Amino acid sequence: MFEALREGLSEEMERDPKVCVIGEDVGDYGGSYKVTKGFSEKFGSWRVLDTPIAENSFTGMAIGSAMTGLRPVVEGMNMGFLLLAYNQIANNCGMLHYTSGGQFTIPIVIRGPGGVGRQLGAEHSQRLESYFQSVPGLQMVACSTPYNAKGLMKAAIRCENPVILYEHVLLYNLKEKIPDEEYVCCLEEAEMVRPGTEITILTYSRMRYHVTQAAKTLVDRGYDPEIIDIRSLKPFDMYTIGESVRKTHRVLIVEECMRTGGIGASLRSAIMESFWDELDGPIGCLSSQDVPTPYSGPLEELTVVQPHQIVTAVENLCGKK
Amino acid sequence: MAALSSLRVAVPQLDSRRTLPCSHFGGAGCEKAFFRCQSSKLLLGAGCVAGEKAPRVAGGGNVRAAVSASKAVTEKPNSGSKSDKADLLVTKDEGLELYEDMVLGRSFEDMCAQMYYRGKMFGFVHLYNGQEAVSTGFIKLLKQTDFVTSTYRDHVHALSKGVPARQVMAELFGKSTGCCRGQGGSMHMFSAEHGLLGGFAFIGEGIPVAVGAAFTSKYKREVLKEEGDMPVSIAFFGDGTANNGQFFECLNMAQLWKLPVIFVVENNLWAIGMSHYRSTSDPEIWKKGPAFGMASAHVDGMDVLKVREVAKEAVERARRGDGPTLIECETYRFRGHSLADPDELRAPAEKAHYAARDPIVALKKYLLDNEIATEAELKSIEKKIDEVVEDAVEFADASPLPGRSQLLENVFADPKGFGIGPDGRYRCEDPGFTAGTAQV
Repeated sequence: MFEALREGLSEEMERDPKVCVIGEDVGDYGGSYKVTKGFSEKFGSWRVLDTPIAENSFTGMAIGSAMTGLRPVVEGMNMGFLLLAYNQIANNCGMLHYTSGGQFTIPIVIRGPGGVGRQLGAEHSQRLESYFQSVPGLQMVACSTPYNAKGLMKAAIRCENPVILYEHVLLYNLKEKIPDEEYVCCLEEAEMVRPGTEITILTYSRMRYHVTQAAKTLVDRGYDPEIIDIRSLKPFDMYTIGESVRKTHRVLIVEECMRTGGIGASLRSAIMESFWDELDGPIGCLSSQDVPTPYSGPLEELTVVQPHQIVTAVENLCGKK
Repeated sequence: MAALSSLRVAVPQLDSRRTLPCSHFGGAGCEKAFFRCQSSKLLLGAGCVAGEKAPRVAGGGNVRAAVSASKAVTEKPNSGSKSDKADLLVTKDEGLELYEDMVLGRSFEDMCAQMYYRGKMFGFVHLYNGQEAVSTGFIKLLKQTDFVTSTYRDHVHALSKGVPARQVMAELFGKSTGCCRGQGGSMHMFSAEHGLLGGFAFIGEGIPVAVGAAFTSKYKREVLKEEGDMPVSIAFFGDGTANNGQFFECLNMAQLWKLPVIFVVENNLWAIGMSHYRSTSDPEIWKKGPAFGMASAHVDGMDVLKVREVAKEAVERARRGDGPTLIECETYRFRGHSLADPDELRAPAEKAHYAARDPIVALKKYLLDNEIATEAELKSIEKKIDEVVEDAVEFADASPLPGRSQLLENVFADPKGFGIGPDGRYRCEDPGFTAGTAQV
């Protein structure tokens, strides 16, 4: 996946000389997960700017440069570090187009590795989707495969809105064959992973893999789940989701986000509001625990949703077979 | 503490024409670092050491740009009742431009106070009275393609940068003809046409934006190979902001990459009710620039001509690619922090001291004493400004309030960001959408 992200970013930088990368260790070091490896030599150090450790200020700087004509891609070395840039992300990134009455656009992409990894400790294992979710003016997408990583990276860079692209620490080594021809994914669309008839399972990022793993067991037991990777965390693709709900009448959300105020919480209420009549039962939602991610292995495992929990949840919603 | 704060008040009354009072130390002989001044004839007098660069630090190469130079310049002896034309600090046109801009700033702010108390303007309104020399002194040197960021005390920066008074007043009234369509308000003035990048309510958050604009300037040179004058950026902020992390982070980055940005501290001694001396371990803000290797200066911010001289050097430095400058302007706000501030903490003596140094009065005196302008010319400027401000109010009054359809219009530059609705269409394709009737 990191190569796909690299390809997407490189293609966009070649296509438009105003695209640049700003972040810690993005240049000489090649990025903490090697997404920008080789970029310094290829594009020069003005286009791949190694910054001092000052997230709020360099994010603000990226915003100022976006307002004046550039298209920066800001890398949070770990997404968690972007908490330091919350002032700039919420106040300036999200708001300036509005408070300026539409005079300035901020075509910025903020990306980086996040999510729960392998025993990285609480601060390096944060789930930030919910923190930025409410900020008006931001779009949020989460990539999950090399294919959609490249496509979403390109789409995010081309988008005139500020976009947060959530990558996951454990997915960088995924391998997949992707097309040679140029392609761009749609930022606002969800992705059908497995069509089915019995229940709609909505997920994103790493949990997609726990869901597909659980699906193997479920199919063996005679279930027919429809799996959708929502990809766009904000806004939700209510069409793809709605078509699925109209078909299956049952919904389970599986996410890595915290339970409280998470993506699942918003999604649940959006589905209820729009598709209440289509539902045969309550919407299930499996989220990670509202705990700071523990260091110790067994505790960390208990923090995130595991495949067996997904199987149990589907059995409960659909009835045992 | 009492001794320190009394230093501020005990500034000698010096001739505004040629002298550079060192307000911190009462006038004579302070060994202050100052940047090298090109216009040595004007600013260096007896007892000044012409600026020299400090020796290279061994093993590094971080040349300290701050240099030793003048402090209290002794008064130039009177050579007659008139100064030579060659010695004058401004031409007639320049003098009148500066005067008009400062009078506009003052009159506009006074009108804001009136309008606020009449219920035409709402929320938090922070007036700039007394600080006009800083805005005028710097911004009148800029081009339309240069950039400015400010804080919540931004009305006058907007006016100096060229945003029409009508648009600013309409914005304050919350009308859709305001520069930000009524969506920004007093603390969020923006103008793409005039290079005003905001108006920020949280102090400190505008400084990185100015640095970003400077980054774009340099990027366009280095990467896109654009030619012509490099646009410069100025970040205006106060003494309170100079204790904020973003200030220091930006000093570092700007100097590191030699970005064409100027950091202007409008030190008016008070952050709402917090005295600068109670919140700052070393109150001399300009001294913090050299810690980053940055050229720095302290200037009397109540004297527009001195500000302008210092500003010229800084703008030239930025434009030729030699990097940023930090300039601390000693200034004062004649009114409270905002129109809601009872302003009970500031000593009457302090207020009186600065009232006597009103920058508009000082410039007027200079122009008249040196026969650069006549009383009649200045009066006609004042009358013109009165009309401009009245017209701005009439325009704002007559303008419409925003309609419902405006609510969602500028949330996204690309309204596809509102997503795809259950019917498969993008929500923004729904005609009623921006009036908030479509579900978001």
